[in-house]
Amino acid sequence: MENNIQFLKEKVLLNETLSFSKEVEERIKILKHEKTTKPVIFVGASSCGYVAGAQKTIDAINNYILENNISVDVVKVGCIGICALEPIMDVQLPGMTRVSFKKINAENVASVLDGVFNNSIVNECVLGQYRQKNLQAWENVNFIDEVDFFAGQKRIVLELNGIIDPENIEAFIAHGGYRAFIKTIYHYTSNEVCKIIEKSELRGRGGSGFPSGKKWKIAHDNAADQRYLICNANESDPGAFMEKSIIESNPHKLIEGMAIAAYGIAASKAYIYIRADNKLAIERFKKALEQAKAFGLLGENIFDSGFNFEIIIKKGPGAFVCGEETAMLNSIEGKRGMPRYRPPYPTERGLFGKPTIINNVETLCNVPQIILNGPIWFNTIGTKASKGTKVFTLSGKINYNGIIEVEMGKSFEDIIFKIGGDVKDNKQFKAIQLGGPAGTCLVKENINIVVDYEELNSIDAIMGSGSIIVMDEKTCIVDITKFYINFIQHESCGKCIPCREGTQRMLEILEKITKIPKDEASHQTLERFKGVMQLESIAEVIKDTSLCGLGKTAANTFLSSLKWFRDEYEEHIFDRKCKAGVCKELRTFFIDVDKCTGCNACMRKCPENAIIGTIKYPHFIVESKCTGCGICFETCKFSAIFIK
Amino acid sequence: MIFDIEVNNKIIKAKKGETILSALSRNGIKVPTLCYMEELAPSGACRICVVEVEGQPNLVPSCAQPVEEWMRIKTHSPKVIKARKTIVELLLSNHPDDCLYCERNGNCELQKLAVELNVLERRISGQKGKQKADRSGSSMVRDPKKCILCGRCVRVCEEIIGVSAIDFIKRGNHCEITPSFQKGINLSSCINCGQCIMCCPTGALYERDHLPEIIDSLNNPAKHVIIQYSPTISVTLAEEFGVKSGKDINGMINAALRKIGFNKVFDSSFGADINTIEVANELVNRIKTNQNLPMFNSCCPAWVKYIEQTHSHLIENLATVKSPQQIMGKLIKGYYAETFNISANDIYTVSVMPCIAKKFEAQREEMTHKGITDVDAVLTTRELARLIRLYGIDIMNIESELADTILGTRSSAGKLFAVSGGVAEAVIRTSFNLLTGKDLVNFKIIELRSINKGRKEFKIKAGDYEIGVAVVSDMINAEKILNEIKNGRNDIQFIEVMACPGGCVNGGGQPIPSRKEDIKARIKAIYDVDDKESIKFAHKNPQLNELYKNYLGNPCDENCTTILHTSFNKRDVLL
Amino acid sequence: MKSKIDEIIEKQNNTDRSDLLDVLQEIQVIEGYLSEEAIIKTSQYFKLASAKIYGIASFYDHFKFVPQGRFHIKVCNGTACHLANTSNLRKEFEKILKIQHGQCTRDGMFSIEYVPCMGACGISSVISINEEYYSSVKPSDVKDMLENLRNTDDRID
Ligand SMILES: Cc1cc2nc3c(=O)[nH]c(=O)nc-3n(C[C@H](O)[C@H](O)[C@H](O)COP(=O)(O)O)c2cc1C
Ligand code: SF4
Ligand code: SF4
Ligand code: SF4
Ligand code: SF4
Ligand code: SF4
Ligand code: SF4
Ligand code: SF4
Ligand code: SF4
Ligand code: FES
Ligand code: FES
Ligand code: FES
Repeated sequence: MENNIQFLKEKVLLNETLSFSKEVEERIKILKHEKTTKPVIFVGASSCGYVAGAQKTIDAINNYILENNISVDVVKVGCIGICALEPIMDVQLPGMTRVSFKKINAENVASVLDGVFNNSIVNECVLGQYRQKNLQAWENVNFIDEVDFFAGQKRIVLELNGIIDPENIEAFIAHGGYRAFIKTIYHYTSNEVCKIIEKSELRGRGGSGFPSGKKWKIAHDNAADQRYLICNANESDPGAFMEKSIIESNPHKLIEGMAIAAYGIAASKAYIYIRADNKLAIERFKKALEQAKAFGLLGENIFDSGFNFEIIIKKGPGAFVCGEETAMLNSIEGKRGMPRYRPPYPTERGLFGKPTIINNVETLCNVPQIILNGPIWFNTIGTKASKGTKVFTLSGKINYNGIIEVEMGKSFEDIIFKIGGDVKDNKQFKAIQLGGPAGTCLVKENINIVVDYEELNSIDAIMGSGSIIVMDEKTCIVDITKFYINFIQHESCGKCIPCREGTQRMLEILEKITKIPKDEASHQTLERFKGVMQLESIAEVIKDTSLCGLGKTAANTFLSSLKWFRDEYEEHIFDRKCKAGVCKELRTFFIDVDKCTGCNACMRKCPENAIIGTIKYPHFIVESKCTGCGICFETCKFSAIFIK
Repeated sequence: MIFDIEVNNKIIKAKKGETILSALSRNGIKVPTLCYMEELAPSGACRICVVEVEGQPNLVPSCAQPVEEWMRIKTHSPKVIKARKTIVELLLSNHPDDCLYCERNGNCELQKLAVELNVLERRISGQKGKQKADRSGSSMVRDPKKCILCGRCVRVCEEIIGVSAIDFIKRGNHCEITPSFQKGINLSSCINCGQCIMCCPTGALYERDHLPEIIDSLNNPAKHVIIQYSPTISVTLAEEFGVKSGKDINGMINAALRKIGFNKVFDSSFGADINTIEVANELVNRIKTNQNLPMFNSCCPAWVKYIEQTHSHLIENLATVKSPQQIMGKLIKGYYAETFNISANDIYTVSVMPCIAKKFEAQREEMTHKGITDVDAVLTTRELARLIRLYGIDIMNIESELADTILGTRSSAGKLFAVSGGVAEAVIRTSFNLLTGKDLVNFKIIELRSINKGRKEFKIKAGDYEIGVAVVSDMINAEKILNEIKNGRNDIQFIEVMACPGGCVNGGGQPIPSRKEDIKARIKAIYDVDDKESIKFAHKNPQLNELYKNYLGNPCDENCTTILHTSFNKRDVLL
Repeated sequence: MKSKIDEIIEKQNNTDRSDLLDVLQEIQVIEGYLSEEAIIKTSQYFKLASAKIYGIASFYDHFKFVPQGRFHIKVCNGTACHLANTSNLRKEFEKILKIQHGQCTRDGMFSIEYVPCMGACGISSVISINEEYYSSVKPSDVKDMLENLRNTDDRID
């Protein structure tokens, strides 16, 4: 394949025009798997795929190939986004379009493949076929872009995710990769790059939404012998997995984005700070770096442009707060990951005291396309204040868990009910948590708000990293708030008093609300109520005085949940009830006399001896004795026990 | 550049580049601080110093935020006060309700803040910490429950002293400040300088208390209880009684100690004079034989421990002479006991030191013979003040008395031991005499007296020899000079190292707070003594010369070596 | 004799503080945890106080200061898994193994750790045992799961 490198370098990357000769086109098509001589099977092989059993699927495919003695290419691709349907397998027969199948495991591989090879597709497994020019489409098979999940998306960052082999730079280049980088180093000065990004109005996707071009320009204009670029991939937020998924599925795109950004701020050295847990992402990124180096896309005097650039991987040893810029600087420098006071800002005195830019993975992945298509193109996408697209992860009680990318301006209503396929198990929608533990909740009343930094700002919500957690009627808002505060508390670095002590106090108060002490006295209701009042005042002070973003946003979840679900808090405090039946100590179980057969199973299991009854007659739970452990509920075979 | 900013509706002047806090305090506006430390870069951790800056969404910490021309600041707006109060309430919410039994009762910054912010109820209650106090150290106790994690101790230990014996561990609410591996301080590299105690705003760090044993001994009629006090005590004790720093109350201390019931009251400066004679002789010997140079002083037990644990190959370079405290202890239990025919077993010796490392020194194995410790208990300046209060003595209104004479007279050189550079000055005065037979006319060595420098050097010709002297305080400066020596520098023969910045006047046992201006005043008071008193050379101390003649023999001879010298050994600690 | 730790440390060709966390991570990969010896050696190499190194390492979730079990169980504590009631799952592990987060059973067999989202929220609750993933785990699965592991281990010995 040596000549592929030569070919891609000379004929593709160095081709300044957009048109290729017929011959070149053909070769690109082969590299893109568009023109194949034998069938190709693509398997979704990123984290969620593997957890869902992709390895077993791959083994089964290989077996199938062996058994049937056919010649097939098996390509591991990244995450297409619809994680709920993993493992996903695509098959492309020569001349035919690529068809995607969902939930393919060791058991159904053979039947699905049998079908494809015999030109009769097993329909219940089909996700859809791709729309590919010059290839023959399957009959009676829907197109994948018509599937609600994909129809509502606009993919810039995720463009090639799940399509190409992330461990193959040639595929990436064949799909147009690294052309933006070459264009940059040949045709733009660093100043111009900053200007283009500024003009595109790209805003940081890591949470703050700060205009990236402006940030670059500041760092660029600060005189220094060395500048640094850092890619923030620390992603530790419970429920967010876009950074990891992007890197696993298309690491070269990030490398290209980083290279352009580094060129833009005149930095020759970049770091990527990626959480050490994300082993697969690290592995793929490492491989991608090696390939890019082999291509001469990294290193000294890249493509004779005079630009030197290297990327160093820093594995984050597990601290959410290290996602905060200054904490990350400390961590890279080998210190405790405690945030520093700003000013001085990293753009002025950052890593090792040098001007430094920290950008989010998604932000950087937007850059190549902007360079290729120009800022005006990017400007036409999105809303007035927010250009482009935004990647979200969908999880919780939603049918299509996964990772999506939508144009700015899309409503969250559409995201949840159309793309996400509505609430799981036909339950009632309650709320979504947007932006993770530091985010806010959106409820029925405001779910029609659109994806836009300013719009969200106007209702005190934040985009955050873009994680969306869907909650249904069976989710207890006090419990989930407690979960988030617990997370924040665990992740607080402990440097400043309001965040360190305040979040712990908040957690303690929420714990009091959701638990019943053995000897509860009546005045404690008042105490709990006072606790919530204090929570509000503590929350405000934490917000006002904390040093870093973690503390400043720590109370968001609580404040917004209190705003929309005050009644639920009060119910916990005064009635000592958890309607959703989540807070164990507050729930009480009842036996439906009509359903109870008097089998006595529950009575024998109850650790509190709270159930009385005689065999063959309906049993009864003594409310005052029941601790809400739920054992009886799990025991009863006749669904006679319910939570009230 | 100087410009105007608006603070609380008034215009004040601010300098470009300074912090809001600095502009405020120059203009007499007080904002509370906790984590802020003069001379160190602000960490912005505690948030108690927040102020409201118009146009900023959040409150800003005045200690870390540089002033800008456009700023309009409110230092005590309702929002600010509420924030500060809540922060203090949060700190108190899981704080042990222990003020009445606390070392720092009445002198605690947290307590003061609670008063200032009018905290009158426990509005927020939290789960209290269950950590045990670390009492393993011979000098210091750490009580993590009272720690508010301001980080001052960690910074002092790392950035000023240069030891890093303690650090933050874990994260968030589990944060704690501990020695290596959360082990006892006794196993750590802590050199017992006590500077962390000096900067701790609360009672989380304090000296190991020796008062109860002393009171027991005082109450025991069979015990002959003798007290000695270090040269610095006379210029610092008064601060504990609310007097401006720098007042010398030497005579009053003598009187007070006698009133408490100590059988004899000695001034350790006498021991300092002996130390000077021995060290000068040792130095001159080493210079003449060109052995184990440069020679280091050995009177600062923190420095000695540092050498033992960190640079054990340099132990030979330490002077072998005991510190003034130990010399005094030895003489009391030896010479004094013999002279008055009292069994050493019946004597209980107490010393008052500016220092907590002296507590460690007193219990060193080398300082114990046949189960008898030369110094039985060591009090800090602070503890002495407590003892005086306990005995109801109105020290500031008491007639002065002289120290007991048998080990009492001193030269003013002995007094100089209190300040960084003082030991070197005393030693040079005597060494010059030893080498030339003459006394220095310009006995004040100005080069070693600057108090703003952590490092000073001086060279003097004495007969055929030139003696190079270096004076440093804290281990960061010590490391620098050791490095130069390692790299071949050989023009220095004597190096005086004090662990505490500025010397013992700023020791870890001194009154809290010891601000910069206090230390300056104390130093001035010491130099005043040197100016005023007539005996300025250790070798001119008449009683001391008597003692050598009648009891000790010649300096550095065998008898002197047994009594006045000691040895040092490599120490294994968790570095 | 040179220990593995010496080797790891010596492989490092400079003592830049910014390499500290990498060295510690590497030691942990090989030794499974950071022993006192490892920290002291690192501290000598980097010329930093051991109190500092311990302070830095204990800041981060990944560093362990006691050996881990032969089976290291990670239970996802991400939001989706929380909503799928991982708290019951955690309780079940805690109940059977009688250990808490960050601890190891006395026989050195199992250790348990709660981690943020493992990136497979669609099929929560997710756990991993020695880096092998299991999805949709229910509390009732735990007992057999542990029993099986125990058995596989016997065969190795
Ligand atoms: C506690 C905390 C955690 C953060 N975690 C991340 C993260 O995991 N990934 C990320 O890209 N940004 C994170 N951020 C935001 C970054 O600090 C920073 O704003 C961002 O990386 C800037 O990049 P951008 O301009 O491209 O958005 C975090 C911020 C805070 C306060
Ligand atoms: S806000 Fe929290 S995480 Fe941020 S510096 Fe303060 S304690 Fe640390
Ligand atoms: S929930 Fe638990 S305590 Fe209550 S009745 Fe059922 S088994 Fe008994
Ligand atoms: S287990 Fe169900 S059916 Fe049986 S006694 Fe209990 S409630 Fe009735
Ligand atoms: S440290 Fe201060 S506030 Fe705490 S108990 Fe002691 S005196 Fe009271
Ligand atoms: S100040 Fe208050 S708590 Fe202290 S002794 Fe007086 S009354 Fe008691
Ligand atoms: S006494 Fe000195 S060496 Fe020991 S911890 Fe405190 S500051 Fe550090
Ligand atoms: S021990 Fe004292 S100085 Fe050190 S962090 Fe705690 S309160 Fe601050
Ligand atoms: S300088 Fe003085 S006070 Fe400080 S440790 Fe040394 S002897 Fe003690
Ligand atoms: S990895 Fe396949 S959709 Fe997520
Ligand atoms: S004194 Fe300013 S933040 Fe602590
Ligand atoms: S929350 Fe458990 S895998 Fe995401």
